[in-house]
Amino acid sequence: MTRNPTRQAPYIGASIRRANAMRLLQGRTRYVDDAKHQRLVHVAFLRSPFAHCEIGRIDSAAAAGMPGVVGIYTWDDLSTYCKPWTGTLKHLQGMVSTPQTALASGIARWQGEPIVAIAAETRAQAEDALNAIDIEFNELDPLADWETALSADPVSAGLTSNICFERRIEAGDVDAAFASAGLVVEQTLHFGRQTVVALEGRSVVADWNPADQMLTLHHSTQVPHMMRDLVAELFGLKAIDVRVLCGDVGGSFGLKIHIYPDEMATIAISRHLSRPVKFIADRLESFASDIQARHHEVNARMAFAPDGRITALEVMDMAPIGAYSMFPRTSGTEGNQVINYVGGPYRHQSYRAHLRCVFQNKVPTSQFRAVGHPIACAVAESLIDEAARRLNMDPLTLRQMNVIPDDAYPHTSLSGMRFEKLSHQAALAETARVTGYAALRQLQKESLKQGRHLGIGIATMIEMTNPGPSIYAAGGARISSQDGATLRLEPDGSVTVLLSVGEQGQGTETAVTQIAADAVGVHITNVRMLSGDTLATPMGGGTWGSRGIGIGGEAVLQAGRALRAQILAVAAQLLNRPAEELDIQGGEVISTRSPEVLMGLSRLAHVAYYAPDGLGAQPELCVTRHYMPRDYPVAFTNGVQTALVEVDIKTGFVRLLKHWVVEDCGVLVNPLLADEQIRGGVVQGLGYALFEECLYDDRAQLLNATLADYLVPMAGEMPDIEISHLCTPTRTSQLGAKGVAECGTCGAPAAVLNAVNDALSSVGARVNQFPITPERVLDAISEASLER
Amino acid sequence: MNSDDESTVAVTFRLNGVDGTHRVQPRTHLVDFLRDSQGLVGTRAGCEHGVCGACTVRIDGAIARGCLVLPAQLEGADVWTIEGLDGTGELKELQEAFHQCNAVQCGFCTSGMLVTASQLVVESSGDTPPDRAQIREYMSGNLCRCTGYQSIIDAVKLALRAKGNTSHD
Amino acid sequence: MKAPGFKYFKPAALDEALHFLHKHGDAARVLAGGQSLLATLNLRLSAPDWLVDISGISLRGITCHGDTVRIGATTTHRDIERSAVVHERLPLLALAVPHIAHQAIRSRGTLGGSLALADPAAEWPAVVLALNAAIEIRSLEGSRTVMAEDYFKGLYETDLQAGEILTGIAFKCCSDGDRHYFRELSRRNGDYASAGIAAVRSGGQVRFVLFGVGVMPLLYKADASEALPDMSARFHSALESMEIVGDLFFSAASKRKLARELFERACIELGKVID
Repeated sequence: MTRNPTRQAPYIGASIRRANAMRLLQGRTRYVDDAKHQRLVHVAFLRSPFAHCEIGRIDSAAAAGMPGVVGIYTWDDLSTYCKPWTGTLKHLQGMVSTPQTALASGIARWQGEPIVAIAAETRAQAEDALNAIDIEFNELDPLADWETALSADPVSAGLTSNICFERRIEAGDVDAAFASAGLVVEQTLHFGRQTVVALEGRSVVADWNPADQMLTLHHSTQVPHMMRDLVAELFGLKAIDVRVLCGDVGGSFGLKIHIYPDEMATIAISRHLSRPVKFIADRLESFASDIQARHHEVNARMAFAPDGRITALEVMDMAPIGAYSMFPRTSGTEGNQVINYVGGPYRHQSYRAHLRCVFQNKVPTSQFRAVGHPIACAVAESLIDEAARRLNMDPLTLRQMNVIPDDAYPHTSLSGMRFEKLSHQAALAETARVTGYAALRQLQKESLKQGRHLGIGIATMIEMTNPGPSIYAAGGARISSQDGATLRLEPDGSVTVLLSVGEQGQGTETAVTQIAADAVGVHITNVRMLSGDTLATPMGGGTWGSRGIGIGGEAVLQAGRALRAQILAVAAQLLNRPAEELDIQGGEVISTRSPEVLMGLSRLAHVAYYAPDGLGAQPELCVTRHYMPRDYPVAFTNGVQTALVEVDIKTGFVRLLKHWVVEDCGVLVNPLLADEQIRGGVVQGLGYALFEECLYDDRAQLLNATLADYLVPMAGEMPDIEISHLCTPTRTSQLGAKGVAECGTCGAPAAVLNAVNDALSSVGARVNQFPITPERVLDAISEASLER
Repeated sequence: MNSDDESTVAVTFRLNGVDGTHRVQPRTHLVDFLRDSQGLVGTRAGCEHGVCGACTVRIDGAIARGCLVLPAQLEGADVWTIEGLDGTGELKELQEAFHQCNAVQCGFCTSGMLVTASQLVVESSGDTPPDRAQIREYMSGNLCRCTGYQSIIDAVKLALRAKGNTSHD
Repeated sequence: MKAPGFKYFKPAALDEALHFLHKHGDAARVLAGGQSLLATLNLRLSAPDWLVDISGISLRGITCHGDTVRIGATTTHRDIERSAVVHERLPLLALAVPHIAHQAIRSRGTLGGSLALADPAAEWPAVVLALNAAIEIRSLEGSRTVMAEDYFKGLYETDLQAGEILTGIAFKCCSDGDRHYFRELSRRNGDYASAGIAAVRSGGQVRFVLFGVGVMPLLYKADASEALPDMSARFHSALESMEIVGDLFFSAASKRKLARELFERACIELGKVID
């Protein structure tokens, strides 16, 4: 059993600045678009202008002659290089979808689906040539709404209906619980469709080199190994023939973990041309082809005993997706997580859920930060707040009464989710403290006397992190739930970390070097991490599901401790002392029995690498460890978010005054980094709550496909966000860290919905739709005044 | 400075302190010019319609959207990008403050944030120092999808204080 | 999205520009600040053969002539924002300018460009209409002046004809006792107005201009001596017959609600100072 250093203050837990941030602050970046490539061509796509249409004759003769054009491609040209794919998972039983090809062939099924690709010397020339292509379209009726999805013709031939995935959960006696309830609260909630908006669009340079029969992808991605494995499979290559390189990533949040047709087409074109081919999704294309998410129509009800205890929950979730289920993570996982997680913080005895994911002639949907959680959280939290109003109980008190007690773990939910240990009660108590809850309620009362409508909204949440194989691999997906770290002592005593988990701005590099430094016993300035190279690092799942530090960091810790042991084995030989009497502190071998410094690591490494002949055994100072969580399918975190808002009941505008997050993510490797991750997640949730929505017309045309009309939150409307932490480590790993990346997004929409409805309760109104726009607030208010 | 066809026009302006004459296609916007022909990749296109601010540069002493400016328009202009401003040391306090406050995550918005904040620093004086709300408003034209903006506001406040230009709030 | 190819002409004098526009007609577009035009080109919403850059013609500047302030067409929003003359003598402009987009747009966008485009949710059209500024237009035929009340015709439609260039705008300076009000409701700071009001109380009259709620800025005049409840009632019924249109985020009915609320607030603010 390895030991932690005792004398040096540990790096784990310290708020250390990101070492790699200075490079970004100087503009010395390494995004895909930053590098130059020899003989590069750029690709642009002609995309379907209709949500559903037959593709007729394509005449590209005029385009072919335009300046700079190198090649024009349809699916017929690329099908020899790239296989179609289908986005289903076996463990999401009964899920169906139809094969998707790199370019649409015969029929286009969403507005924006790529049909023709043009490669040219410059992107501008490629776009010019697109205008010269003549295509016959025969527009068909699109399936633009969810209400008729069940009775409408399937969006693809080969489907018998528009249900992609359906699932039911039945636990306990739901009907009896509702029949005997003291109070039943029922709501219909509408969740708007969202697009991700990463500031750096999807970016790839595909470089097929026939001389060494190797495909190199310079890719902005969260999951280099998954990309390598799936691209190899789709293109009939071996894993050793594909190398994925990932430098800086300008935001992802779940955007860049999927197989996109335009990216596959880009690779196919490179295979054809044997030249590097670059595709950068510009902002218009991003709106037309990035995965979307979060469209749900939910009918839910909650049964309460007369004293306010929850007895049952029932959730009907209709989730309209896109024209295909996205590959490889599917478009059903989000809905699946909704019904798995709704009500998770609370004790209850009965639960029924019915999920239907239905196809639409729209952009395919898939995972976007906190997948499904914002919906699950908002459904339960909105029901509880309404119950509090009707029971004339304080909403915080009602939650305290109903959360799973902190000493009642481990606990398995009615949907089968296993919680190792959470701290809902402590989090609610901490919430009361940090928000000054009683004073807030008083402020609300005083403000109302002055005609100001303040609202306070609370959201108790659980968040899935550190996912194991149950999420994807169990269904046959080539998505790894383990990650690997190689730690190598260099000849001068510094340490290199090669990790399968990468950096998209969350500070992985810094947190990893903190862990490695502690694990080995060196100064943090003597550790450097490399990731984003499938040739150089161990194989792993990469960044998704808030697993980078919980899983990748654990691999680093274990490898580091193993490396420490190996170093000490060498030191024991060199110093002729038992290894148990030695330790490493600040890059030096020390005695555990006295404060002596015995040998610097640089000297030890020098001997080991250059002149090991005096050592009895060949030293091995390079260690690889892989880690996958085993004891629990996922590591849940918990927290409580609180929103303070002001609603202008004359204009419907909502102002976010303040936001609090109480969060328990287990061990925090770097609180400074974790806090801003949480804030960033909260702001994405606030954007969903008030601003962001993909607006489609009845022909499934996207109406607001620019950043002027799709409203991403900017600094002017965002509140200060105060964060406090509790710590319930997971005992499933040595590090004890759970994930922190997504929890902010999980609870923010629910907190804001509750706050707005709390403010509107003084005029008897409520909103039931995301985003909560001024229009919807005004409608709710006039509806309420009509009813009175 | 006119073009008879779609090929280049010649335009002379100062870029990061260096005068130069450049041949540009009229339609090429400043961001693409900087990135493709000058190797200055610190300025980025996030939307190409003027909303996100990732392309913000300094032209003739004022901030501007690089995606909504054509080099062809810049005869006689004085243009500064993140690289140039970094090189003069003008951004030192801001960079240090951003670093300390963890106001950088993926980095894509960072150049635009720094150039915009540097303008606020230039325009702030001891007489009318910006408070936190005013800083928030000034920075509200730059989109960040990673942070919660709070650390950025903190950083600008810290940098203003370092330069002696802020009120006490 | 890369703009389609075009040719670029930068005339040194106004006559050169006018002759060029006359010769090329629809194939040429005037480029002032470019903050709207270049965005539409990047989005490939338009494909002119020529851009005529008028920034080389001396149309930029703010000058006083007696009780008139004249602002040249290529004066930037930022120039106006930083002008002491504007702050002193045209306070309504000073109130409006911080609402125009963000600093980076204001440093290049121009007053003339904004008026030529006449976006119904933009600030300057409302302001010039509230002040009934005189819009100076030049063509090969000569020069003419259009009062703001006669300038806005419809959605992106103005009295500016093909081949004409808007060269300047002349404002009557405010008098002592004048009151100004400007308020804008927008989803986010710097966005186009969901609804806005620019109002001037001068002498016994109040001129209210609603913007962001119709296809163009909408002028409504009232008598300053009228009591607030009567003024409101009259405005409410006038609002019913105004052409109010919804947009992506608000129905026409909601726009009317916003307009009524803005009107109430304007009246209260304008009435606060006792003569």
